Amino acid sequence: MKKKNEGDYCKRISFSEAGPGDAGRTGSWRVLRPVMDPQTCTPAKRNAPSCYICWLYCPDGVISRTVPPKIDYQYCKGCGICAQECPTKAIVMVEESSFIKE
Amino acid sequence: MQVIESGNVAAALGVKLARAQVVAAYPITPQTPLTEKLSELIESGQMEAEYVPVESEHSALAVCIAATSAGARSFTATSANGLLYMHEQIQWAAGARLPLVMCVVNRGVGAPWTVWNDHQDSISQRDTGWIQLYANDHQQIIDTTLKAFALAEEVMVPVMVCYDGYLLSHTYMPFDVPDAGLVDRFLPPYRPAYSLDPKRPANLNTVTLPDVRPDIRGNMTHGYMEIRHLLHEDMLEAIPALARVDEKFKASFGRGGNPYLEGYRCEDAEYVAVSLGSLSYHLRDVVDALRNEGVKVGVMSVHLYRPFPAQIVAEALKGFKGLVVFEKALSYGYQGTLTSDLKSALYASTWNAGRRPFVINYILGLGGREITSPDLYHALKQSCTPDGPDGNETRWIGLKFFG
Repeated sequence: MKKKNEGDYCKRISFSEAGPGDAGRTGSWRVLRPVMDPQTCTPAKRNAPSCYICWLYCPDGVISRTVPPKIDYQYCKGCGICAQECPTKAIVMVEESSFIKE
Repeated sequence: MQVIESGNVAAALGVKLARAQVVAAYPITPQTPLTEKLSELIESGQMEAEYVPVESEHSALAVCIAATSAGARSFTATSANGLLYMHEQIQWAAGARLPLVMCVVNRGVGAPWTVWNDHQDSISQRDTGWIQLYANDHQQIIDTTLKAFALAEEVMVPVMVCYDGYLLSHTYMPFDVPDAGLVDRFLPPYRPAYSLDPKRPANLNTVTLPDVRPDIRGNMTHGYMEIRHLLHEDMLEAIPALARVDEKFKASFGRGGNPYLEGYRCEDAEYVAVSLGSLSYHLRDVVDALRNEGVKVGVMSVHLYRPFPAQIVAEALKGFKGLVVFEKALSYGYQGTLTSDLKSALYASTWNAGRRPFVINYILGLGGREITSPDLYHALKQSCTPDGPDGNETRWIGLKFFG
């Protein structure tokens, strides 16, 4: 029987490991892009690790806990939770279409 | 060891011998004595397993799904509306390819509320991707429960062992309890190819895209449709796998040899009655009576209903003049599901053969309506003529209308 090893079994179910890109480049799903203003973002402005509310709330884990925080647009689906939660309103959601050069 | 016990106890002893490690079940008539027996065996230390009391059938199966995902051999049991309440998890267990075993102690479904026997509960779960085996007597209940674990773990598809409520679950009959040492050799401990491991976290059966996708390492992985196709393929693979399991069982315990169909006086028959479960044994008495009058009739019981062994069924049945299917369930608005399935199997194998047997469908015994031998006798006698049926309509036995 073919299902006696892990590889054979796991191709018969939907099996995935924790990590970026498990569902492909999901950044392509995005309609609104979160754009961070370094003049307003607390860690960026102070040049010190602090706040990280956006990192904590991001359901996809695509915001880094760095100075300044970086958003991975390959996988950010544009849900907007970071913009909603940012205490200093440093993140604004911008139409993806506005980044397309004619 | 020969014992005289109920069908529910036969099932429980099978689960004990199979060394199920997790049992989660919610009591429902007529399954209750089965789960009570298992909880007694576990509580008294006669069976080494975790018994998880739950607040519903949905949770019972959810517990078994989790336990099996973590690598444990798991068992649950239910009846009727309890089975219907599990429906979402039933589909999940099949799609997640977990080799669970569940006894379905067959009972009619509400509304109107009923606690008595028919087959509508398990038949309504026919298309969920579970293997369905039907037992005809107490010996087959315990034997089939053991074979079910072996089969499930071979093809990684869950198995329902179905047996008639009250008629088998609550009646006492002698049967042989297989030797535990021999069972251990027949059914070694469950060694899953994969099980959840906290050291290596994984997501199982999360949202799966319509198309194939790369995993985090960039390797392509299956989409929903490939995964479902493999379930279908492996269900078909379960047909020969059951024969292998049955053969191995027979070598150890001396019983078996009819993994798919069990015929009685069919060798020289012109007509054959077909049925699921204990009704097929009841029909043997009726066949004997008709044989005494010179009617060449036999009876065939279908043991494996899903996957449907269509080719085997067609080969076994296509040579007869007529088939008379007695069913305790139906697809409302059409006919009995076994009748449809038999016709479909015969159509594919005889479409250019010129002749095929007629198929008559009787519906009977719904909600425990008594099935009497004289009723079966008259129905079968009336049907064993070359005329055949007028169409697809079902014939109902024992209806008593007023007004």
